[in-house]
Amino acid sequence: MDFTLDKKHEMAQNLFRDFAVNEARPLAQETDETEVFPRATVEKMQKYGFMGIAVPKEYGGQGCDPLTYVMCVEELSKECGTTGVIVSAHSSLCCDPILTYGTEEQKQKYLVPLAKGEKLGAFALTEPGAGTDAQGAQTKAILDGDEYVLNGSKCFITNGKEADIYIVIAVTEVQTDARGRKKKRFSAFIVEKGTPGFSFGTKEKKMGIRGSSTYELIFEDCRIPKENLLGAPGKGFGIAMHTLDGGRIGIAAQALRIAEGALQRTIEFTNERKQFGRSISAFQNTQFQLANMATKVEAAKLLVYKAAQAKATQKSYSVEAAMAKLAAAEVAMDVTTKAVQLHGGYGYTREYDVERMMRDAKITEIYEGTSEVQRMVISANILN
Amino acid sequence: MNIVVCIKQVPDTKGGVVFNADGTLNRAAMLAIMNPDDKAGLEAALRLKDEYGAHVTVLTMGLPKAEEVLREAMAMGADEGILVTDRVLGGADTWATSTTIAGALRNIDYDLIITGRQAIDGDTAQVGPQIAEHLGIPAISYAQAIKIDGDSVVVERQFDDRYHVLKAKMPCLVTALSELNEPRYMTPGGIFDALEKDITVWGRADLKDVDDSNLGLSGSPTKIARASDKVRKSEGELKSDLSADEAATYIFDKLSENNII
Repeated sequence: MDFTLDKKHEMAQNLFRDFAVNEARPLAQETDETEVFPRATVEKMQKYGFMGIAVPKEYGGQGCDPLTYVMCVEELSKECGTTGVIVSAHSSLCCDPILTYGTEEQKQKYLVPLAKGEKLGAFALTEPGAGTDAQGAQTKAILDGDEYVLNGSKCFITNGKEADIYIVIAVTEVQTDARGRKKKRFSAFIVEKGTPGFSFGTKEKKMGIRGSSTYELIFEDCRIPKENLLGAPGKGFGIAMHTLDGGRIGIAAQALRIAEGALQRTIEFTNERKQFGRSISAFQNTQFQLANMATKVEAAKLLVYKAAQAKATQKSYSVEAAMAKLAAAEVAMDVTTKAVQLHGGYGYTREYDVERMMRDAKITEIYEGTSEVQRMVISANILN
Repeated sequence: MNIVVCIKQVPDTKGGVVFNADGTLNRAAMLAIMNPDDKAGLEAALRLKDEYGAHVTVLTMGLPKAEEVLREAMAMGADEGILVTDRVLGGADTWATSTTIAGALRNIDYDLIITGRQAIDGDTAQVGPQIAEHLGIPAISYAQAIKIDGDSVVVERQFDDRYHVLKAKMPCLVTALSELNEPRYMTPGGIFDALEKDITVWGRADLKDVDDSNLGLSGSPTKIARASDKVRKSEGELKSDLSADEAATYIFDKLSENNII
């Protein structure tokens, strides 16, 4: 398998790298400290088409491929995990499902402004009582005439208060099977900010990616026009799972580059830091640790690129996406932890990026399916 | 309005300088970028395009590899790219370069030609004004702002502690400073499109009204005797054990000793 980048991907990677270094890096520490959404950076990304990279041109996008999108999330995440996840949640979790399941009218009305960067997107599946266990979901949508009435709440929603357009998954039917067991059927909806009955709850105070706006969404008799149903009624769970398959590739890319960013800074630090009269990179322990870290990053990179390629060429890519996310997230946690260790006391201070990167890395093992969920997806596939 | 921006691929001085054995630059071994002043000139052209509507052509003379800066310019928003490349044009000084570029420009309809003030590899600032001389059009150098007023261009020309506002009828040539603006980024879709477009490639035969005696190394009046990397003249001196008064006295004595004061 050849992962050599062709000219256009190489140029795109340089573009994202330049942007990340010039725009995201200088604000990364401040964004983390203040927990303020980096609105100015997002506006620049919107202007330069970063919010619609893999969306076809006829829907206002850039007409590039999933690999280009992945490279964007990667390069941003290498400098600022917050900036990376903003693009990832918007693109994978909001643009993608509308592109895949939306009607032509929905695409024109919602996807075009999202891809052009005029609007920001978010995706709402998780609830206080329903994380990995989707059947625990309580948010309901009841059809009333030409409208669905939405009631319930969603939590841990990335881009929460900052987004304009939300994909919301809600229970639309409870079926009872032959044995009398109840099973919830879900549907997906496009909900606009400002719809009466739609408000925001508490803002989460997080360990990492602190600038991404993570909020609780509250729906109280929120009336959604019937035409905002995304896909067929009752098919929401499948839509959510398929959306998360794509999202996982974005998160895997984020994890990969958090690891790589930490590795790079550790290489620089260990070359400069002197103990016992020489650079600590002259000690074999440092050299072996760096070798292990670099090897793990490289292995994760191949899985991430393979998953991005699978998304471009295959209808189903759940396993590839799950493996990429599982591996990259665990590598990110491992490499950033070792990076802090190699920085010694300095690594434990906020003066050094690796401290933030270790906190940012942890979430990649949790959101858009925990590492345990990825193992469930993979094992179900290999045992099937 | 037709705007032509002349751009140059130059070594990225941040990436270190590599010399050939004969003292000339080993361009192939160095990272290459679009010359910063030229990039500002391109941005100025793209802003005029955004504001007034214009067809922006980028033109470069160089090795086939210089196509890269044309692609970059097109990914930023330029409409077409022209690469002037030919072995017989190699080794050109500013005279032979401006003769070549003027010969290429005679094939194009233009209202405004924008060049960078100077390239970071040569720092001569001669090629832009020389092109204007060859073409017999006005030139305004050191532009820090460019506006269009009917069939004229109005330029703020940087001048020491002030600037001059100059107006010239088009067609004319303007040389741009990197301080002129903050060049835009490419867009991902722009990159994909730029790599699918054709680039016009011209050689010696395509140059109009030029004489071979003014081209390439043999047509260059400038002869480079020797080139070398910057050599640090002395190690410098670090005095960290002096009080403020002692330090002032020490500096004063040193300056006197060297007849500076």
